[in-house]
Amino acid sequence: MIELEKVSKVYRMGTVPVVALDGVSVEIAAGEFVSVLGPSGSGKSTLMHLIGCLDTPSGGTYRLDGRRVEGLKRNDLAEIRNRKIGFVFQNFNLLGYATALENVELPMVYKKMRGRERKSKALELLGLVGLGDRAVHRPSELSGGQRQRVALARALANDPEIILADEPTGNLDSQSGREIVQLFRKLHQAGKTVIVVTHDKTIAAETRRVLNLFDGKLVSDSPNH
Amino acid sequence: MYYLKLVGQFYQDMRRQKLRTFLTMFGICWGTIAVVLLLAFGVGLEARSRQSMHGMGTNVVILWGSKTTMPFEGMGIGRQIRFRQEDAEYLERKIPQMALISAEYSKWNVKIIYKKNARSITLKGVQPSFGELRNIIPEQGGRFLNDLDMQHSRRTIFLGNKLRDALFGEGSNPAGRVVMLGGVPYTVVGVLQKKTQNSNYSGSDENMALIPASTFRGSYGHRYADNLVYRAVDPDLSELVNKDVYRELGRRFKFDPADKEALSLWDTTEGDRFIKYFFMGFKAFLAIAGVFTLLVGGIGVANIMYVVVRERRREVGIKMALGATGKTILMQFMVETFLIVALGAGVGFGFSAAVVQVFKLPIMSNVIIYVGTPTISPAVALGTMLVLGIVGFSAGYAPARRAARMDPVRALEF
Repeated sequence: MIELEKVSKVYRMGTVPVVALDGVSVEIAAGEFVSVLGPSGSGKSTLMHLIGCLDTPSGGTYRLDGRRVEGLKRNDLAEIRNRKIGFVFQNFNLLGYATALENVELPMVYKKMRGRERKSKALELLGLVGLGDRAVHRPSELSGGQRQRVALARALANDPEIILADEPTGNLDSQSGREIVQLFRKLHQAGKTVIVVTHDKTIAAETRRVLNLFDGKLVSDSPNH
Repeated sequence: MYYLKLVGQFYQDMRRQKLRTFLTMFGICWGTIAVVLLLAFGVGLEARSRQSMHGMGTNVVILWGSKTTMPFEGMGIGRQIRFRQEDAEYLERKIPQMALISAEYSKWNVKIIYKKNARSITLKGVQPSFGELRNIIPEQGGRFLNDLDMQHSRRTIFLGNKLRDALFGEGSNPAGRVVMLGGVPYTVVGVLQKKTQNSNYSGSDENMALIPASTFRGSYGHRYADNLVYRAVDPDLSELVNKDVYRELGRRFKFDPADKEALSLWDTTEGDRFIKYFFMGFKAFLAIAGVFTLLVGGIGVANIMYVVVRERRREVGIKMALGATGKTILMQFMVETFLIVALGAGVGFGFSAAVVQVFKLPIMSNVIIYVGTPTISPAVALGTMLVLGIVGFSAGYAPARRAARMDPVRALEF
C-alpha cells in the first residue's frame, strides 16, 4: 500500500530552487497495475524515485505499508529497496562485468542469502523471463530485449511487492517492448503492484489506472477499461 | 564467486588506468623497499659495527696508571702510579663484580726470527685470561697461553695471524715450531683466528706476539705492566666496577679515589652504549624516511581511488538501488585499495628479500665486511606491514566513504 499525501520535492540547482513535485496526493493499493504518464520534466521520474525510496520528499508524507518513509536512515531505505521494491530502468542498468546470473543474484547478495539458494533462485527467475539458456552471458552478449528481461528477473529477486519501471521500453524495439509489457501484465496477474513510468500512451493503455503528471502536479487519475 | 568477480573488476579498473595504477603501485612498492631495505642495512651495519668494535674485546675496560693530581694523606702530587700483576690479582680478589682481569706488559721493536724471516714487532706479556678478554681465539690446531705456561714461565708464544703469514707463510700452522726472540727460542702454541678489529690501543692484534707475563718479566726485567685489562660480570656493572677500582687502587697506592687523573681508563662499554643509541637514532631516521616514502605512495593510492570511485558512480547507484548499504559500498572500495597496496607491497617485499639474498652471495663478501649483512628482521617486516595497513586504510577510507555517501538518484543519472 503506497500512500502519498501532499508530497513535494524541491531541488536546488545552485541557489535556484526547482520544484519537481508539487503537492501530489495519491494512493496505490497492493496489486494495482498503474502507469504514470507525462512529458519530460513533469516530475514522473522524481515520483518514481520517491516511491522507490531512492529519495525522500521535501514536504508531505509518504507511507509505505503504513510506515512513514521520510526521516528514515539511509540503511533503512536501502533495506526497503532491497526487500520491497524491484527497479526496472530505461537503460537496463546491469553490471557490465557480471553475467546475467550474477546480475540477478545481486539483490540476494545484499539480503545475505546463501550462495546455493541464491543461484537456484536466480536460475528460476531467468527461466521465468525466458532466458534460462543465457545465464552465463554478459550483458554485452545479449540483445536489448534480453537485457531488459535480465533486469526484470533481477527486480524480482527478493520477491518484492512493488515493481517500479522507468520507461522500460524506451530503449527497445516495439516487439521487445511488447514482450516486456506482457511480462508486466503477468506480474500484475500474479499479484504484484506494478508501476510503469512512461510517456508512451500505448503502454499506458495496457495498465488499469493512469496517473497524469504535468509540471509536478497530478492532473488526472483515471481508471482504464 | 561474487567476490572473485570483485577482484576481476578490480583488475579491469586497473587495466583501464594502466599507467596511473602502475605508478601508484610503484609508489607503494618503492616505499616498502625503502623501509625494508633501509632498516635491513641499518640492522646489518649495527651488527657489523658491534662485531668490529668487539674485535678488541667485548665490554672490556683498559686501565693505565697515571700521575696523581691531588694530595692525599700527606703525599704530594705528581706521583706515578704503576701496576704489577699482583695488583690485578688484588683487584680480582677485592671486587666481586670483576669477571676477568689481566695485566699486560709490552715491549716495542722486538725482533722475531724464524729461519730467514725476521720482523720487528710489539711483544706482549699477558695472563691467560687476556685471550678471553680480548676475543683472541686460536685457529684450529693451536691454543692460547694457559696457566701452566704462566706457572712455569714457559717460553711459549702466541702469534697474530698477519705475523704468522709473514714468518711461516699464509695459512700455515706453525704450532710446535720454534721462533727466536733476541736469541732466545720460543715455541709457538697457536695463531690468532682472523678477526675484524676497528679499535686498538697499542697496535692491531694480528701483528703482535704474546708470551706469558711471568716469562716476560723474567726475560725483559720489566717490573711494571703497561696496563690492565678487565671486564665486569655485566656491562651495566662496568661503571660500578670502575668506581671500585679507583677505591681499591686508591687504598693500595694511597691516592684520593676522587682523583680521576691518577688512573687513565678506557671503558669500551661506553662505545657499546654509544653504538646502541647512535643506531637507535639512525634506525629511527631510516624508518621515518621510509615511512614518509610510503605515505607519499599512499597519497597516490588515494588519488587513483578517487578516480575509480568517480568512474564507477553509476555502478554505485545501481547497487544502492538494489539495496546495497553504504557499508557494503565502502567495503568494496576498501578491499580494492588494500589490493593495490598489497600488490605493491608484495612486489616491494620480494625485491627487498632478493637484494638481501644477493648480499649473501660469496662475491659480496668484500662488501659486507664494511656494510654488514643486511637482515630483514621480523620486527621490521611486521612494522612495515602495520604501516602499510595504516596507509591502505587512510588512502582508501576517504574515497570509499565518498562512494558510500553518494546520493543514489544522482549516481544513477551519471
